[in-house]
Amino acid sequence: MIRSDILRDITPVIRDHLVVCNIGLPSQELHLIDDQPTNFYMLGTMGLSSSIGLGVALAQDKKVISIDGDGSVLTNFGTLPTIANNVADNFILLIIDNGSYGSTGDQPTYAGKKTSLTAVARACGCEQVVECKAEETKQVLEDALASNKMTIIVSKCESGNIKVPVITMDPVVIRDRFMTQVKS
Amino acid sequence: MSVNEKIVSDLVANKVEFVTTVPCKQLAGVIEKIDECKDIYHIPSNKEDEGMGLCAGAFMGGKRPAIIMQNTAIGVTINTLVTLTQYYRMPLPMLISYRGELGEPVACQVEMAVHTKALLAQLNIPTYHFHHEDDVNEFDAILKHTFMCNKPVAILTDASFWKGY
Repeated sequence: MIRSDILRDITPVIRDHLVVCNIGLPSQELHLIDDQPTNFYMLGTMGLSSSIGLGVALAQDKKVISIDGDGSVLTNFGTLPTIANNVADNFILLIIDNGSYGSTGDQPTYAGKKTSLTAVARACGCEQVVECKAEETKQVLEDALASNKMTIIVSKCESGNIKVPVITMDPVVIRDRFMTQVKS
Repeated sequence: MSVNEKIVSDLVANKVEFVTTVPCKQLAGVIEKIDECKDIYHIPSNKEDEGMGLCAGAFMGGKRPAIIMQNTAIGVTINTLVTLTQYYRMPLPMLISYRGELGEPVACQVEMAVHTKALLAQLNIPTYHFHHEDDVNEFDAILKHTFMCNKPVAILTDASFWKGY
């Protein structure tokens, strides 16, 4: 399974929750597969999906799922200790770990080599960290939502992309409809 | 009321409830007061762009955010300021220690000080400069202005304002 297969699999689970989605192909794929006003698409700023999601989770009570990638977490490595030390039990960080920088042409990341993001997250102090295979992601995500515990999921999948159009929605519209859902 | 107490009191009066900080020696006193304040959730960040991500999330979650950092962070955060804070039109008061100004003992700090205002001007970020202690009296109005216009706003605070450090 590649990232878009996982996204197709999990849309019934994430549709009813606030979702912050990583820049580039992940946001474009989610937008194509199941656009929802509860989705916040990042159009710029690589690496901050987990930080934005944690901020949303700490500010209000609804559940928040940040969809991130291994490359983006490596870009913003400082996020993992911040998450570990500011526990928000309404927050789930789903790292789709395909061992590559997918949006830029599948260049390999260190997460696909010696570095284990699962081990790093645990070493940073994150208490509930689950590594799973791509096909297990939906179930692991459902379990994490049911647990009401902050969870970091590292879903190991294959590298690869589908052809998707860019998101042309205005950023203020994306932000405004997301904030309307937060308040609803 | 000390300058530090005034800053925290104005943040609270303007319902700023989520503050992220990356430390600077000049900011140690205000960071300590933020940490002690029961009306503010203080979340230290490891890097300023991470902090701006946290603030963007907190704002969308319904809380007014602020970031406290050193002017060297302008060099770290330009992409985030432009493609997140400004692109999505989000408010962000940035209380910034203006290192490298008169009284600065560390020569290297001057290297970033000479670029600070030019970079902020290039980014069209409204910028205020606190040099005298009394300048803190504008802080309340600057916060109101920031949340009125939904922009990142810089408040540069130099060594003279902090009475050395």
